[in-house]
Amino acid sequence: MATPLLEIRSLHARVAAPGGREILKGVDLTIRAGEVHAIMGKNGSGKSTLVQAVAGRETYEVTGGEILYKGRNLLELSAEERAREGVFLAFQYPVEIPGVSTSYFLRAAVNAIRKHQGEDELDAPKFLAMVREKMALLKMDKSFMNRAVNEGFSGGEKKRNEIFQMAVINPTLGLMDETDSGLDIDALKVVANGANSLRRADNAILMVTHYQRLLDYIVPDYVHVMMDGRIVRTGDKNLALELEEKGYDWVEREVKQPA
Amino acid sequence: MTQLADTHRIHLSNFARFEQTERRAAGNGHAPRPAWLEALRRAGIERFERVGFPGGRDELWRHTNFSPIAKTPFRLAGRDAVESAAAADVAGRFTFGGEAAAELVFVNGHFAPRLSRIGNDLPRGVYAGSLAEAFSAHGAQVERHLGRHADLDGNPFVALNSGFVADGAYVYFPRGAAVKGPIHLLFVSLPDGAGEPTVSHPRVLIVAEDTAEASVVESYAGTEGGAYWTNAVTEMVVGNGAAIDHNKLQQESVEAFHVGAMQVRLGRDGRFVSHNTTTGGRLTRNDLNVLLAGENADATLNGLVVIDGQQHVDNHTLLDHAAPHCPSHELYKHVLGGRATGVFKGKILVRQAAQKTDSKQTSKTLLLSDDAYMNSQPALEIYADDVKCTHGSTTGPVDESMVFYIRQRGVSLDAARHLLTYAFAADVTRRIKVGPVRRRIEDYMAAQHGLPQDLRITDLGAHDEAAR
Repeated sequence: MATPLLEIRSLHARVAAPGGREILKGVDLTIRAGEVHAIMGKNGSGKSTLVQAVAGRETYEVTGGEILYKGRNLLELSAEERAREGVFLAFQYPVEIPGVSTSYFLRAAVNAIRKHQGEDELDAPKFLAMVREKMALLKMDKSFMNRAVNEGFSGGEKKRNEIFQMAVINPTLGLMDETDSGLDIDALKVVANGANSLRRADNAILMVTHYQRLLDYIVPDYVHVMMDGRIVRTGDKNLALELEEKGYDWVEREVKQPA
Repeated sequence: MTQLADTHRIHLSNFARFEQTERRAAGNGHAPRPAWLEALRRAGIERFERVGFPGGRDELWRHTNFSPIAKTPFRLAGRDAVESAAAADVAGRFTFGGEAAAELVFVNGHFAPRLSRIGNDLPRGVYAGSLAEAFSAHGAQVERHLGRHADLDGNPFVALNSGFVADGAYVYFPRGAAVKGPIHLLFVSLPDGAGEPTVSHPRVLIVAEDTAEASVVESYAGTEGGAYWTNAVTEMVVGNGAAIDHNKLQQESVEAFHVGAMQVRLGRDGRFVSHNTTTGGRLTRNDLNVLLAGENADATLNGLVVIDGQQHVDNHTLLDHAAPHCPSHELYKHVLGGRATGVFKGKILVRQAAQKTDSKQTSKTLLLSDDAYMNSQPALEIYADDVKCTHGSTTGPVDESMVFYIRQRGVSLDAARHLLTYAFAADVTRRIKVGPVRRRIEDYMAAQHGLPQDLRITDLGAHDEAAR
């Protein structure tokens, strides 16, 4: 069998501060190319921390375990190196960057990645030609490229912007952190459509969500339930439906019952 | 002030020599100096002799230690360098070329006609030239304003400058004149070759009659190779319905001291926009005082300070609202690296007559190092009861969540920080209407903060708030 795209083994992580709380307490997760995974769980279960640790956020300190990406130790790479290697995080709370247009920002990103891959950097006209199609896909207004990154955007616009960026950057591993929260159904469809259009045999998506609803539109191969810093249940899309019906307390009771 | 008691003596002996030179010049057939000018000089030097350099606990001066200036034995800079190749070289680097409607170059405070370009295309009646020449050619106009606005009694540096008023720029816009392109006043300082510290006291007078419209740029530039001090005073009168866009770009050498006082008087419906940018100097103190004397006058003060190393910059501004229905806006931004220190003190004075004042002040500082320090203080003094005054101040490092967001898209840590720093400054510079000034700041930022791609402020894109 081919090397998994992402292999997380017994990952422990804590808040990177003196006396920082441990959040991940031994996460195991394997994602192969071509797969879509969803992680569900209550607030505070460690879902967001997991994807941020994979993306290389330094506010979390990995204290144990490992993350292998294409068989390489991902923990040795800086956040930007991970991004250039194809790891993309669609943020739960996209950051506003006053004074920097989306166009400039995204071109800098695309060119940093292209340079890393030994490709020529794109000038502004070539870049705009390249993103035009993706803008249509995510139903983005033209003015959007000239607005400062996420500044004054509605919650829905910010999320669409994340998936738009993901579509332009076309990552190998797309991490989507609660991309569905705060979206109305029409926006959710647009976002899901954008994410689905990226699915290929050689890449993968890991979604974090509270709600089963998203999974109607981006259908996962695997659903994992996280609780107190660990993955406690894994199933197919039906697990999400079961969770929706019975609630997280049901998993909690099952987990806590001695086998 | 006791510890600095004797430090002003050097300037008194400078004055004695200065007077001798002036008298000799008059004896050699130069036009005699008018009596009112003699009186202004005398008032200035006497005042300075009485008060000396500021120090101690005086509220207006206590945020900056002026003893490095006070203790340096500055000799009054002579004319020797005016025709030098070094002067031409610096002027060549800072020129606006054909983009300026007129360009006056001063070397160590002295007008340098050969480096200057006073176009024939200035509208009729507009004057831009040496102040020394204007004493005789436009004596009555100059007398009416020179020394009548700047605060000789309240500011010892203004007093000292006034003692040495000899040359500088006089810019006059007659009623209704509209000048396309900026009038560029370029003050070049070259340290003395022998390593002796020198001082110049440039003086600028700008008079815009009713409904005139123009932009004026004061650039201060210098070369390294020794300490020097620029002690500049600018007086500006903006008539009824006139609009002046003023830029001050201070790019002195990092060994230089720069003290600049500017006093502006706005008539009814007068508009004044100031863009005050500092990147140079070891120690800088700017005083920018604007008197909104007529109804519905409108003042906008934008400032940008980008410093590093051991540089210190102190900006004191005063918006003096003396008439009703006047809006004023102020935005000062500091980017401090290394062990640099910044002071911003923005005072808004609303006099009793100034009902319906609408004043907004914002000060934002980006600290690029743990050793940089900012002291930002608003000061509101309000004597009218129907006014709107707001102020806000923030100081902090580069936002790490923004940095992570940018890095997660593949951009390096350094590039991310530089981009955010650039964007922070661009919020001020994008408001600058004079292209060459904006480009010069962009170049400086790009050189200091090696930027990703071919970044230009204009590429950074739209801002929601309308730039003023």
